[in-house]
Amino acid sequence: MASLWQPRTGGLLALAGVVAGLPLILPNAFYYDVAILVGINATVCVGLNLLIGYAGQISLGHAGFFALGAYASAVLTGDHGWPPLAALAAGAAGVGMLSFVLAQPILKLKGHYLAMGTLGLGIIISIVLNQEAGLTGGPDGMPVPSLRALGHTVAGEHAWYALVGLVLIVSVWLTLNLIDSPVGRALQAVHGSESAAALTGVDVIRYKVLVFVVSAVLASLAGSLFAHYAGFITPAEASFARSIELVTMVVLGGMASTFGAVVGAAVLTILPQALTAFQDFKMLVFGAVLMGTMIFLRKGLVPTLAGLIRNRMRSGRA
Amino acid sequence: MSADFLQFLFSGITQGACYALVGLGFSIIYNASQVINFAQGEFVMIAGMAAVGLIDAGAPFVLALAAGVALTVVVGVALEKFAIEPARNASVVTLIIITIGASIFLRGAAELLGGRGFRSMPAFSGNEPIVIGGAALLPQSLWVLGVTVVIIFALGRFFNATMHGKAMLATAYNPVMAQLMGINTRLVLSLSFALAALLGGIAGVLIAPLSLTYSTVGVMLGLKGFCAAILGGLGKPMGAIAGGLLVGVSEAMTAGYLSSAYKDAVAFVIILVVLVVLPGGLFGGRSVERV
Repeated sequence: MASLWQPRTGGLLALAGVVAGLPLILPNAFYYDVAILVGINATVCVGLNLLIGYAGQISLGHAGFFALGAYASAVLTGDHGWPPLAALAAGAAGVGMLSFVLAQPILKLKGHYLAMGTLGLGIIISIVLNQEAGLTGGPDGMPVPSLRALGHTVAGEHAWYALVGLVLIVSVWLTLNLIDSPVGRALQAVHGSESAAALTGVDVIRYKVLVFVVSAVLASLAGSLFAHYAGFITPAEASFARSIELVTMVVLGGMASTFGAVVGAAVLTILPQALTAFQDFKMLVFGAVLMGTMIFLRKGLVPTLAGLIRNRMRSGRA
Repeated sequence: MSADFLQFLFSGITQGACYALVGLGFSIIYNASQVINFAQGEFVMIAGMAAVGLIDAGAPFVLALAAGVALTVVVGVALEKFAIEPARNASVVTLIIITIGASIFLRGAAELLGGRGFRSMPAFSGNEPIVIGGAALLPQSLWVLGVTVVIIFALGRFFNATMHGKAMLATAYNPVMAQLMGINTRLVLSLSFALAALLGGIAGVLIAPLSLTYSTVGVMLGLKGFCAAILGGLGKPMGAIAGGLLVGVSEAMTAGYLSSAYKDAVAFVIILVVLVVLPGGLFGGRSVERV
């Protein structure tokens, strides 16, 4: 039984349970829509958490990769008639290649310089998507055909919920395996101290590049799914604000906690929906919640709460 | 020199001076606390919005400008007291998110109080352009440049000839040692936010007549100010000024000769190229990681 409570198997089972059980309490299509968006954001965050939480490298430009995936799907299926899965794979491969080439120079930067480099990258992608109106429809955006594969069209909130839920569970499973492998341990050594990691024989740059590419590809895949699901995309998906939102989800949920990334994505996707009741005060409250959580729950939601529960159980036993 | 070139140069230097003031704010706060304050652009917005609001409400012009800048300084100090100080020793990413939360909060407050519309402020001394070599220079540009030069000299004097300024430099150099020497490093932290807000606020009222003012005016200005600070080497005030002017002029030249659509991308292309070649910025020198 004890092994079920290992974060690897127990957490994954719990996540699968939540994903499978949620439809029982989701009352209508609106709630499904929010749940699907949570799943898409969570998939990006699980990848981004590898980079930020485990390798200790910040990226303020990941929305750029998400948007590139989305636009690859939109342009290739809409304008060129590609099958959606081929377009999705081409987008992921393209983003993988781009991130691989860019990662070498960018990941040599440290701290705030790395933040600036990735921020610049994201903004350049966003400006290109805005300006190349011939290809992308410019600031007005472009429509995306629905997702068809193996003769079936994914349509309706139930089908999309199942697909996104499955993708999320597979991403979490892959991520947990990666963290629990020699690669994951090397990453954590890099996070602790790059010099010490290098001294013990870890190829620091290679691992940083690897995790950057993995997180970019996951963002691209999630972007493709989002494009087909939403049916319409705009360059706002690549904006600085969106990149910040993704990083905030990771940090809010708890860095170096895969489930924290999922929880963070859920909270920050649901919060703005819940705040629509406050219309005019929406930004004010959102900013205040963000500041408050980071000041008082510095380690993020999941690690802080997990620590509380552990303490409670320990004192209960004693 | 052609009139076109001169025209682009004028507008580039004017814009660059604003980036420099914002970039200086980034550098001053970074020196005192190692924090990158992503709400720096919001200082520019608050001063502009507040001043325009007061002018529209019938306040005397000079008083409205002064009140706008003063309010910005109050907000800057409050930001440090209520958001940064309680989270000291938090990780870099956490601090970045706190200041981003603050910038969203401030933008929300500005929209609530000042609305979402674009508002214009009258120029300080008329809109009659001065023609130099076939290029038109607005009097407001002279104000921007003149005030920026005065600020640079005043800052130089502050840091080198006053006790508070020297205390800030000492804290930037080594916080623990500064504390041992009897410097109140908490006060230095407050002072750095006040100073950064003052610079942002002044930039805000100076640029408002040229660029209109609205609740999101600070977003791009803040990011480009960050570019300026990084370009010159984070924590180096003179570097931030050089970086700001470089970004401003390159932007204006790109808009004039190449493509105005990609004007906003210039700053970020420059920063990526520079960082790849010189990972510590133009004047940053080589940094060695301490183990």
